Amino acid sequence: MGSLSDHHVMDSEHKNAPPLLSLHGISVQRQSGFLIENITLTVQQGEILTVVGPNGAGKSTLVKVSLGLIEPDTGHVETTPNLKIGYVPQNVDIDETFPITVGRFLQLNDKHSHYELLRILEQVNAENLIYSPLQAISGGELRRVLLARALLKKPELLILDEPTAGVDVSGQAEIFTLIQAIRDQQNCGILLISHDLHIVMAGTDKVVCLNRHLCCSGTPEHVQQHPEFIALFGQSHATKFAIYAHHHDHSHDSRGRILHSHEIDNGDDGENHG
Amino acid sequence: MGMMGKTMDDFLIRALIGGIGVAIISGPLGCLVVWQRMTYFGAALSHAALLGVALGFFLEINPALSILLVSILVSCLLLLMERYHQLASDTTLGILAHGALAIGVIILGLMPTLRIDLMSYLFGDILTIDWKDVIWIYLGGVTIMLILALIWRPLLSLIIQKELALVDGIKETRIRVAFLFLLSISIAVSMQVVGILLIVSLLIIPAAAARRFSTSPEQMAIFSIVVGVTSVVLGLWMSLGFDTPAGPSMVFSASVIFGFSFLAKKRN
Repeated sequence: MGSLSDHHVMDSEHKNAPPLLSLHGISVQRQSGFLIENITLTVQQGEILTVVGPNGAGKSTLVKVSLGLIEPDTGHVETTPNLKIGYVPQNVDIDETFPITVGRFLQLNDKHSHYELLRILEQVNAENLIYSPLQAISGGELRRVLLARALLKKPELLILDEPTAGVDVSGQAEIFTLIQAIRDQQNCGILLISHDLHIVMAGTDKVVCLNRHLCCSGTPEHVQQHPEFIALFGQSHATKFAIYAHHHDHSHDSRGRILHSHEIDNGDDGENHG
Repeated sequence: MGMMGKTMDDFLIRALIGGIGVAIISGPLGCLVVWQRMTYFGAALSHAALLGVALGFFLEINPALSILLVSILVSCLLLLMERYHQLASDTTLGILAHGALAIGVIILGLMPTLRIDLMSYLFGDILTIDWKDVIWIYLGGVTIMLILALIWRPLLSLIIQKELALVDGIKETRIRVAFLFLLSISIAVSMQVVGILLIVSLLIIPAAAARRFSTSPEQMAIFSIVVGVTSVVLGLWMSLGFDTPAGPSMVFSASVIFGFSFLAKKRN
């Protein structure tokens, strides 16, 4: 939350630039109580911020507030002027009776040349899907297609809602690799929402643990040792917390112990409310 | 509905032109109903239309107009219920629609001087439509097509993924209200052709039959029109040749075409 400077030119040293997105003391209240309470966070250019939290922690509310779809009851949302946001939703829910191909889906609202579509699909390794019906592709393929749709907007900020939910382990690895490559190539900011407490992708700069209020935040290593994080997810979950590194078939926990991918994946699916 | 003094050919031509008009309207709207899984909504809305029929007699206005008013009213109520209770469940939908249907029947029953054939409203009476009815159908049709052209793409976006559409700046309420308005018009003008019990069949069966031949939404809308028009022509032919009721014969024809569509290889 550095002070907001007047110039909006993004220099390479992004720490000095104003954040792409900042939430200041955001609360959203419904009859049942607070959905999220007093959330403050920022996403910088070139930064990957991962928000983890159990089901019902207010993650989707946070996404909607960030996208401007929900007005917060208190606090305010600030973005750089004319910020281009690419949004990758968790899923699409289209009826079997709706005939639509991936290629058509990508240009439903904006026209793009066939070449442009192929190029963007190539970027997410999905160029072979351009004529496939949207309902016929797998969960991992759909996530990559949704990513391609977001990239077509040449986003400065990408908001990814559970990009690996329901995707198998190798598919998850592919998506994490892609996300990191996109950040490295396009230097965009990324807000990544995840309920998967065991795997936080390697490229993450900052982890925020959400349970309606902001439990803790910091580097992945810092968060996993935070008492509130351990209290929320239980000691066993906290120690299984692993950082996914895409160039290796394993990753390391905080003590340097090697975690193989099956170990990373074999815990509960993170829906445990400690 | 004076049929006196008119030739047999005249009423057939009116029925054919009117029926084809309704089939053209129902094609794309039926696809949208099917894609949004709104079959029950469509059925409920059309059942409520009987209240419109009753009010038409009561206020002595054109039934197409009073049906339109009642349908719009019911749609707005449902939208409001959805807004304040998260979603209008099948149950609330059924209560509202059939409550309206019951009130309609009661009003009709309370008008002792009125002797109407309820069957003709439930199952349609296309052979008695006059040129004024035909003009209503085509006026409604032109209105529907013009508005549909405007909301087609944003509505498709909303159907595929609501949040993505909202992020793209699509105004959900405006688009949905417009769609319900179009659905209300189509119910008002279809009522005389197939009757309130079968309106929804003319919407969804051609769309379902067209699905297997279509690879894009627009293709499916056009094929639905083709199936609908064919069903209307076949139904009228059946009605003339075998003296069957026209509306149900059209729906029967559409169902047969749907059955045959399974013989075709699925394209997408």
